[in-house]
Amino acid sequence: MSILTFIGGVHPYDGKDISKDGLICEYKPKGEVAIALSQHIGAPAVPVVNPGDQVLAGQLIAQASGFVSANVHSSVSGIVKAIEPRLLVNGSKSPCIIIENDLEFREAEIKKPKPLEELTREEIIALVKEAGIVGMGGAGFPTHVKLSPKNPEDIEYVIVNGAECEPYLTSDYRKLMEDPQSLIAGLKVMLKLFDRAKGYIAIEDNKPDAIARIKELVKGEERIEVKKLHTKYPQGAERMLIYATTGRKINSSMLPADAGCVVDNVDTVFAIKCAVLDGRPLTKRVITVTGDAIVKPQNYLVRIGTNQSELVEASGGYVNPPEKIISGGPMMGMALSTTDVPITKTSSALLCYQKDELLSLTETSCINCGRCVSVCPGRVLPSKLATFSNRGDKDSFIRYNGMECCECGCCSFICPAKRNLTQAIKTMRKEVLADRKKK
Amino acid sequence: MSGMLNVSSNPHVRDKQTTQMIMLDVIIALLPAGIFGIYNFGIRALLVILVTIMAAVLTEFLYEKLLHKAITVYDLSAVVTGLLLALNLPSTIPFWIAILGAVFAILIVKQIFGGLGQNFMNPALAARCFLLLSFTGKMTAFTYDGVTGATPLYNMKHGESYDLLHMFLGNTAGTIGETSALALLVGAAYLLIRKIIDFRIPLFYIGTFTVFAVIYTACNGGVDFTFIAGQLCGGGFMLGAWFMATDYVTSPVTPMGRIIFGICLGLLTGAFRLLSSENSGAEGVSYAIIFCNLLVPLIERITIPRGFGREKKKSAA
Repeated sequence: MSILTFIGGVHPYDGKDISKDGLICEYKPKGEVAIALSQHIGAPAVPVVNPGDQVLAGQLIAQASGFVSANVHSSVSGIVKAIEPRLLVNGSKSPCIIIENDLEFREAEIKKPKPLEELTREEIIALVKEAGIVGMGGAGFPTHVKLSPKNPEDIEYVIVNGAECEPYLTSDYRKLMEDPQSLIAGLKVMLKLFDRAKGYIAIEDNKPDAIARIKELVKGEERIEVKKLHTKYPQGAERMLIYATTGRKINSSMLPADAGCVVDNVDTVFAIKCAVLDGRPLTKRVITVTGDAIVKPQNYLVRIGTNQSELVEASGGYVNPPEKIISGGPMMGMALSTTDVPITKTSSALLCYQKDELLSLTETSCINCGRCVSVCPGRVLPSKLATFSNRGDKDSFIRYNGMECCECGCCSFICPAKRNLTQAIKTMRKEVLADRKKK
Repeated sequence: MSGMLNVSSNPHVRDKQTTQMIMLDVIIALLPAGIFGIYNFGIRALLVILVTIMAAVLTEFLYEKLLHKAITVYDLSAVVTGLLLALNLPSTIPFWIAILGAVFAILIVKQIFGGLGQNFMNPALAARCFLLLSFTGKMTAFTYDGVTGATPLYNMKHGESYDLLHMFLGNTAGTIGETSALALLVGAAYLLIRKIIDFRIPLFYIGTFTVFAVIYTACNGGVDFTFIAGQLCGGGFMLGAWFMATDYVTSPVTPMGRIIFGICLGLLTGAFRLLSSENSGAEGVSYAIIFCNLLVPLIERITIPRGFGREKKKSAA
């Protein structure tokens, strides 16, 4: 089998060794949990509980408002203390349901769904919607929307994104190693929705043991195939992944379904399995707590809403006070001003660095070397786009196809002049998107 | 937790390579040609190289100091400019002309337009052309083994004999750094292996010029491969194709643009060298490159990439 990839990309230090070997350990929150109403793309969920109400783990506490929205469930048992804005990882204050955790973790009653063979397409999607599943790789797009393309019979590939191309992240890897059966079961649920589709499990070749393990398990499965990807960032970006596995290209304004593909991240496929086969809503996820500032880096199965400071403590605290903490990976993650923020459905990692390497760098003049152009997976001209952004030249930015940028960070990473290209391009993209909304 | 956390936009890690490291690699790649030049032309070549580099660096330093700008001589780009200019000068050049050239390159071509990254012509080449026009005699007074003589390229132009092997190895008359195709190719290989330069510009430049020369010789009494090889090894062609045409600042940033740039260079060099009258200079590389430098903004404008998934040919969807 050939190794699949895309044009461009970079090879940052991967840092996965420090957290990849330990078993996933379940962490139960000790303090209150704060569950955000908006953990997804689309309209925020609407609370269906009031302060003072008693809730159980797995109980619906906020309902999706509209098609592109997602349900939210309590992850612990206890009493609703308040519904108030709290600081989230993205730096904004956003409404959360605060639950006083009674530390008993009593579960709401689970309605066991019918066996998969008896479920109809609509029933499966309803179960996914009910469970509040969103893309857990980072974007947080509601999964039931993804699973309901206009023409389901046109879907030819269901791709499980196990690339995990972000450095330091090992949560998907651990899941692949520890419970591959559930992943395959989840994929089978998705394949039931799309009769014509083949299932691909795409994994980077820096995880040979996971590839071998899953290959063994899908032997004899006609519709499922393991795809070995070249290890390169951003191999797991949706458009790059579709290109690598199927040879099809989609641009920024197309959906994977336009190329006959549905792509979901490993953790999301697990959540689909739990929802459709077990009837369990999404209340937990796996997160990697890592970095050279953490005493004992580890992967945790955590409840949504857990305060991230608790995870630092559970990992033995800091070796030295960190200079930088990132929610997510080093390439696309968000820098935190404090760890006093709750985990959401899209929190993949908490990465703590003793030293912030950006502090020692100074930006110098662009020498037009073209490294950003050659690594750009979006095939645009980052150096020019960043200059247009700095000048506030929106028209040129659009004319030079700035909206095709996927904000992966490769250009800033590679730039020998240490220009903050990605930051400049992101800023202008936000402005353009805001303008388009106004119209 | 004590102390404040840094907050910044992604990505939070960076590659180790810096502008300074790239410039250092270019200097290393020019060493074989420089050392061969010193071996070929003697200690005076070394003095010319040192004087030109010092003049370039000092000009940049003084300009920035006097205008209260950030001092950027540590990025080594002025060293590269000085070295390239020196390699384009005959070893017999009076020092004051070499210094004048370095000052022109740094002050007029580079700094006045905004410093590193802003110049629209290759500073070393622009300075060379300036000196060629101003001091034609001094700039073309080549000696080899103490004897004043014409360059092999001049001899080729005037139908006289030339030794191809000597032209490849470099023991002929010429500027300090241009004579040895071999030494230049060693440096070019280093740049390619270290991924400092993109193969597109030199490949299409050399390719187009070769095709041009094949057609030219075919129209003038049959394809003459010795003549073509001599043209490739002679004059500033190798130095220009690998080290000057590939200058980042003055070449297109788009992959397609680099191909067009290379083709334009090949055509112009062919026209200047082969089609020009007997009396004009034998050399065309420098003028071809600085002229094409001026085309770069136009070339970039017509080769804006459309972005992933928007390429003209619709992929199977």
